[in-house]
Amino acid sequence: MISSSPSTSSPWSIDLLLRCWQRLAAAVAGGVLLLLVAYLIAESLPALMRIGPLALLTDPSWHPLEGSFALLPMVMASVGIALLAMALALPLGLAIALFLTVYAGRRLRAIYVAMLELLAGIPSVILGFWGLVALVPVIARWQAPGTSLLAAALVLALMITPTIALLSHLVLRQAAQTHALTTAALALSHYAHIFRVVLPVAMPALASTALLALGRALGETMVVLMVAGNVVQFPASLTTPVRSLTANIALEMAYARQEHRSALFVSGLVLLLVAGGLYFLIARLQRGDKEQAPVESAA
Amino acid sequence: MHANPVADPAARFTGSNATGHSCAQSVPAADAAPALTLRDVTVAYHDRVVLRDVSLQLAVGRVTALLGPSGCGKSSLLQCCNRLSDLIDGCRVQGNIRVFGEDILAAACDLRRLRKRVGMIFQKANPFPLSIRRNIELPLIEHGVRDAQQRDHIMEKVLRDVGLWQEVRDRLQAPAQSLSGGQQQRLCIARALALAPDILLMDEPCSALDPIAGGRIEELIGELRGRYSIVLVTHNLFQARRVADDVALLWPMPDGSRLLEFAPRETIFSAPQHELTGLYLRGAMG
Ligand SMILES: Nc1ncnc2c1ncn2[C@@H]1O[C@H](COP(=O)(O)OP(=O)(O)OP(=O)(O)O)[C@@H](O)[C@H]1O
Ligand SMILES: [Mg+2]
Repeated sequence: MISSSPSTSSPWSIDLLLRCWQRLAAAVAGGVLLLLVAYLIAESLPALMRIGPLALLTDPSWHPLEGSFALLPMVMASVGIALLAMALALPLGLAIALFLTVYAGRRLRAIYVAMLELLAGIPSVILGFWGLVALVPVIARWQAPGTSLLAAALVLALMITPTIALLSHLVLRQAAQTHALTTAALALSHYAHIFRVVLPVAMPALASTALLALGRALGETMVVLMVAGNVVQFPASLTTPVRSLTANIALEMAYARQEHRSALFVSGLVLLLVAGGLYFLIARLQRGDKEQAPVESAA
Repeated sequence: MHANPVADPAARFTGSNATGHSCAQSVPAADAAPALTLRDVTVAYHDRVVLRDVSLQLAVGRVTALLGPSGCGKSSLLQCCNRLSDLIDGCRVQGNIRVFGEDILAAACDLRRLRKRVGMIFQKANPFPLSIRRNIELPLIEHGVRDAQQRDHIMEKVLRDVGLWQEVRDRLQAPAQSLSGGQQQRLCIARALALAPDILLMDEPCSALDPIAGGRIEELIGELRGRYSIVLVTHNLFQARRVADDVALLWPMPDGSRLLEFAPRETIFSAPQHELTGLYLRGAMG
């Protein structure tokens, strides 16, 4: 018989082993994910059935022990914190990446990148701690108590800026190197090279970077738990103490029972949906990037 | 920007002499300076000399094929002629290179002007991953063609020159990457032509293409003859024989490649001066 494996030695080739191993790994990863989602849904069902999805939105407050389950303020807080952090971190991170790509000399770049990597590696609990003892008092001087949406967004921004900067720098550098000789041969200015070629070319990859960072900001728990204040209320202003979905789960899971517990699972499900939506968006962006050609030429 | 009207790409494509001889405009007297003069050019990478004492004179409007075994420094030689060598780490160029009499290795040389005059086509087609239109528009905008209509005019002209206009006129907004390899290479040639260069350096422009696409480019080079002075690096001796007016052969030596022979095509193929040349040309022709 002719073996389908390209190796000639034996049917028990390394190829076959590798293939089996790959399939197994893929199956385990996919299975775990499916189980996770199924578990989340199963645990959420009691709340969704008995309290009803509408009540989760319209209940006046979050008093789970008294049967009042308003998730909306926390959804707003989560989204608000993440978006504000992104609004701060994205321009900063991109500016750093541009600086590294365009202006920094080799030595300065190496030092800078090492610094950013160090910063990106700081555990979030340390950042949260720093926020609590250094940043919160400053905000408190302006508007007590200091723990607030703003504090959380600032510390989160600090957390994701290095990641955005490093990833964007990689993307920009790659594009800059790819087109360096071409733009030079066409006598394009340095400015045109960066802003008319490199940036437009790198845009889809930069967008994915931003979405990844947004996902991280949305999912971050420890920082938010430590500096956002944890009061369940609509974020009326920047200095309002708020509680995020993630912090809520972390705070209450230990003692939650029955519907309360189930309601926490619903918040987990909501988070997962948002993260899943983001992931879908990234995938579409990247796919759109590649498929643009045939789509447009067919038109 | 330069006040020099010759340096203005728009000037080439508009007005009464739109079809005129582009070189005639930049060379005032009929037999003024040759297009490209190399004297004792030595190129080294990190102190390893790859080209030694190369001297060449390329006449205006002719196609010169640059031949030689792989790794003998053909690409390196081209890169000196538009100072792309400046961008390459550890690359050092000595000697004297003149473009229409102007010393381009001088510190005072205006690189922007030089690279506009001396266009380059790379071995691998390298259109920007932007739209077809943008690929040609971008260099034009950068070189001061402010009028959109004028840009469209130039774009159509150069795309017609490379025989791409019929194929892409209806999809100028499509990404350049959606073109085939041969089309992409022709787009790159069009992009270089849009800047109205005097000299075209082509580094194996057909090597990644199938014979038909390659043949199309070869035809194109034939059509560009006379209007542009062309240096064509190729490994294909048949191609050299078909399109070149002159042939230069670089040969690797222990201390860096040298120019073994430089002669008109008929001479070098029928009566080579060097034994090696004859062997190479015959051997490589099979
Ligand atoms: N960036 C570089 N750094 C160091 N050495 C280099 C560099 N580029 C080329 N070289 C060396 O210079 C020599 C000539 O290279 P070049 O690319 O000019 O050859 P070539 O004649 O174009 O070859 P081919 O026909 O394969 O394209 C080679 O030995 C190569 O190793
Ligand atoms: Mg080469």
